[in-house]
Amino acid sequence: MGSMILVTNDDFSVDEVLRKIRNKRTGAIVSFVGVVREDDSGRKIKMLEMETYKGMAEKELSDLKDKAMKKFNLEDVTIIHRIGSLSPGDNIVLIAVASGHRKEAFAGAEFLIDELKKVVPLWKKEILEDGEVWVEGGH
Amino acid sequence: MNIKVKFFALYREVAGHPEEILDLRVGSSVGDLLGLLREKYPKLGSLSDNIIVSVNKKYAREEVALKEGDEVALLPPVSGG
Repeated sequence: MGSMILVTNDDFSVDEVLRKIRNKRTGAIVSFVGVVREDDSGRKIKMLEMETYKGMAEKELSDLKDKAMKKFNLEDVTIIHRIGSLSPGDNIVLIAVASGHRKEAFAGAEFLIDELKKVVPLWKKEILEDGEVWVEGGH
Repeated sequence: MNIKVKFFALYREVAGHPEEILDLRVGSSVGDLLGLLREKYPKLGSLSDNIIVSVNKKYAREEVALKEGDEVALLPPVSGG
């Protein structure tokens, strides 16, 4: 089983996660990768600073995982979220979902990223060319 | 009773530090603590009418009663992903 919840400074390998998440019942794997945009509604982003509440973020992610596994009958879920300084083009988050069939995998992955943006204690500060701003709410 | 208060992101910048210990009257609730903090940091109140809070790393409502040693965190609207 490749199941994993991780909040980390380090980058991740999508290939490695997708290789480990499958088992004998897996018929579909869906992955979502969130990436740092350089251009956000016309503002040029130099860098992102991601901050978390260590311990609580992992707990909330783990609760979401349990919820999604049950709701969509998933076989396995891995969620990795990065923190620290990130540059345009860098990976921010990976959600990988394995299930017997594709419908549940797509629905599960969408549910997980939507809920992550609502409840998991992670905060994003955009470092722009002319200042800095804390982002409020998912977009 | 001593309560550890943690501030994150924008709230940390407003408070000027990541955490502090406050000595509260026994029986105080999350709401009582928020009232105190709004007085201590007037800018907190102007940022948000409804500050989201966790107690011991679980989301908590204002009515929740605090006890000695609890860790309360003030959480700005989240923006992960």
